[in-house]
Amino acid sequence: MTPAKPKHHDGPLLEIRGLVIEATSYPPGEPPKNVTLVHGVDVTLQKGKVLGLIGESGAGKSTIGLSSMSYGRGGVRLTGGEILLNGREIRTASPATLRRIRGKEVTYVSQSAAASFNPSKRLMDQVIETCLSHGLMSKSEAQARAITLFRKLGLPSPETIGNRYPHQVSGGQLQRVMTAMALCPKPDLVVFDEPTTALDVTTQIDVLAAIKEAIRDTGVAALYITHDLAVVAQVADEIMVLRHGRKVELGTTDQIINHPGEDYTKALVSVRSIEHEENPEAAPLLKIDCVTARYAGTNFDVLKNITIDLPPGQTLAVVGESGSGKSTLARAITGLLPPSKGRISFDGRQLSAAFAGRTRDDLRQIQMIYQMADTAMNPRQTVGTIIGRPLEFYFGLKGSARDRRVQELLDQIEMGKGFADRYPAELSGGQKQRVCIARALAAKPKLIICDEVTSALDPLVADGILKLLLALQAETRMAYLFITHDLATVRAIADKIAVMYKGEVRRYGQKSDVLAPPFDDYTDLLLSSVPEMELGWLEGVLEHRRQTGIGKAGAGN
Amino acid sequence: MHPILKLLVQRIALGLVLLLAVSAVIFLGVEALPGDTAQAILGQSATPQALENLRAQMGLDQPALTRYFNWLGGVMTGDLGKALTNGVDIAQAIGQRLGNTLFLAGCAAVIAVPLALILGAVAARYAGRWPDKVISAVTLTTISLPEFVAAYFVIYLLTIVFPVFQPVAIVFPGMSFWAKLQAVALPVIVLVMVVLAHMMRMTRAAILNVMQSAYIETAELKGLSPMTIIWKHAFPNAIAPVISVVAINLAYLVVGVVVVEVVFSYNALGQYLVDHVTKRDLPVVQAVGLIFAAVYIGLNIIADVTSIIANPRLRHPK
Repeated sequence: MTPAKPKHHDGPLLEIRGLVIEATSYPPGEPPKNVTLVHGVDVTLQKGKVLGLIGESGAGKSTIGLSSMSYGRGGVRLTGGEILLNGREIRTASPATLRRIRGKEVTYVSQSAAASFNPSKRLMDQVIETCLSHGLMSKSEAQARAITLFRKLGLPSPETIGNRYPHQVSGGQLQRVMTAMALCPKPDLVVFDEPTTALDVTTQIDVLAAIKEAIRDTGVAALYITHDLAVVAQVADEIMVLRHGRKVELGTTDQIINHPGEDYTKALVSVRSIEHEENPEAAPLLKIDCVTARYAGTNFDVLKNITIDLPPGQTLAVVGESGSGKSTLARAITGLLPPSKGRISFDGRQLSAAFAGRTRDDLRQIQMIYQMADTAMNPRQTVGTIIGRPLEFYFGLKGSARDRRVQELLDQIEMGKGFADRYPAELSGGQKQRVCIARALAAKPKLIICDEVTSALDPLVADGILKLLLALQAETRMAYLFITHDLATVRAIADKIAVMYKGEVRRYGQKSDVLAPPFDDYTDLLLSSVPEMELGWLEGVLEHRRQTGIGKAGAGN
Repeated sequence: MHPILKLLVQRIALGLVLLLAVSAVIFLGVEALPGDTAQAILGQSATPQALENLRAQMGLDQPALTRYFNWLGGVMTGDLGKALTNGVDIAQAIGQRLGNTLFLAGCAAVIAVPLALILGAVAARYAGRWPDKVISAVTLTTISLPEFVAAYFVIYLLTIVFPVFQPVAIVFPGMSFWAKLQAVALPVIVLVMVVLAHMMRMTRAAILNVMQSAYIETAELKGLSPMTIIWKHAFPNAIAPVISVVAINLAYLVVGVVVVEVVFSYNALGQYLVDHVTKRDLPVVQAVGLIFAAVYIGLNIIADVTSIIANPRLRHPK
């Protein structure tokens, strides 16, 4: 196989002109229709440069990123424009030509490495596969290169990690192995598609640093796709802001972060600038006392001796990485997982450990909102039925009284008229979450447990939801137990904070105390890992960690 | 102990327990039939005295439980008793026919299994396009034909229209391997036609199911060819459901092919069983029933164990 790549091409590595991308959508009960996802976007990328593509979901950033490999995911069609890679047109190229380019000149790092590795093959075989299939190097050369890359990316035991299967390696490590897989065939361009989005914040910073270093050392060009401006600011030379399949703004990273021109970009940059005055300490509404719990059939406690409390009308943020026991705490409070030890009291009375032993009023006063609004609603019920159900169940409202109250609640969540007859599938992600809020609100609770309610939403939409929650709190004096892994959210809304790690509360108190030094090692690690929207933030943090030795100690203890 | 080894021992122990239960069911089933072996030998006109004498002689006057354990003990030591009709040792008679059965089943399996996997992969590769439709149409047609129709059709085609083969498949001890192969060619063709579709459809469905995975997209973005993607990335992850369907079909090839044996006058277990059922030769029916059950259970254990071994999560725990 002779390389079809021109030997000396002096122009840009990638030049996309007037790209149009279409897909066929199949709305329920209607004939299929054509939708245009990308409306004539231009992208130019020079050799060795990093371009960040940023935007919310549906902006077309992944679709544009994959077009550099002339690949349309799931029936997406690249219908118009030119895609010039190393000076030659690839949009209309034959499948055989594209196979010679993919995995050799352009490689791809996906959001979920855990799903993107073949579970039944060893990592090394997958990492060096393209080197062999494209005839780029011998097996031993490829293996040596892979081991070098594993070492460069900071993977533990680089000589032997390739012998493992994907399920034997953690998520953050897999993401780095996938980066090594993308770099192994010495490509000209790597497409990073949200490579750190699925990781915990403490893992994200290490992977981000590893990717940045690998890009710099190999001199490869990259398209870095993300919805997190603070992340892309750390790695990109230039940033392109996209919305609804159109370019909003293109500029150097410094320009976009510090001097944004368009309103939309300004909104993205200033996201999470909600100001929330911290409330003083007060007598608790919810009091959790030495609660310990474990799941049936396991031999370890997921909650260890948790003692926290929450005053009425205030917000307690519970933060921590995945597996720290945050959601289990919510299950213990609602009685879904009865604690093995400890007591939970609410509004001056002790709650029965299991929900079956609680009165209807106990149930009414504690409501929950979930991360996935999609799966938290019955897709066959209208919004009116969904919100009306707690009204019937707790207050016995029927007929026009119920409908009137439903409309009041819809007004409260700023959705207005005409939504009561719609089905969840007809709503956007943010609207669905608002309906879930209205459903919780319908019970007139004293406490709402919010479990990662903004994690699945785009930043601007999430901002809207947080503002709504704060407004409702001011109006009704509800308390929130806010479970999240996003520290920016915590800063925006909390009065009190509990930092959880491996089932224990590591740090707990008023927001201003918890967020002020001196920190314990874990809280320091967690707080300093949150990407900030400034150039050179990543280097600063890593330097700080080298001096204090926190990064290594913190995750391990 | 390695978890795989533990599972293996568990499955085999479970299989043996199951086989024991099956032996009890077979014994009870035969026991429930009206009359007994003595009655069958002496016929309708036997005097009560003669019956009693024969029963005492054969041990039939013993309680059922004792007889069951005597029979079971005999089976364990390879003594299946003697056939009533001709007094021939059953173990010996079965031995030769079982060889013939396994030869026929083996020949059919060696062709059908790889062919089904390849056709399934090709159908998955061209899903919804003409190669897929042709493969599906042909294999579904052959599975829809009753076996004897397929058999006579093959006989007509390959012995009369194109006279290449013998219409009967007679094998006898001392025949050369090649001669045997030639003799079973026609029944093998019929059996392949019968079992191909099921395995092919399952292979196709399992591969298409895996083709939705994110790691298949990774493979596409590596620039691998569609067939490489199917063989190296999809098939290893689709193997578990395919194995269980293959096992069912292999078991069918051993125990369910009596019609084909009769059509081709092939002297094997199925025909032996049917002959002796019509003659009410109960010891033979019991023995063959037990062998068939053992084949089913054995193949299913192999399928289970292979599926377990094919799963890297079980083979290489964290």
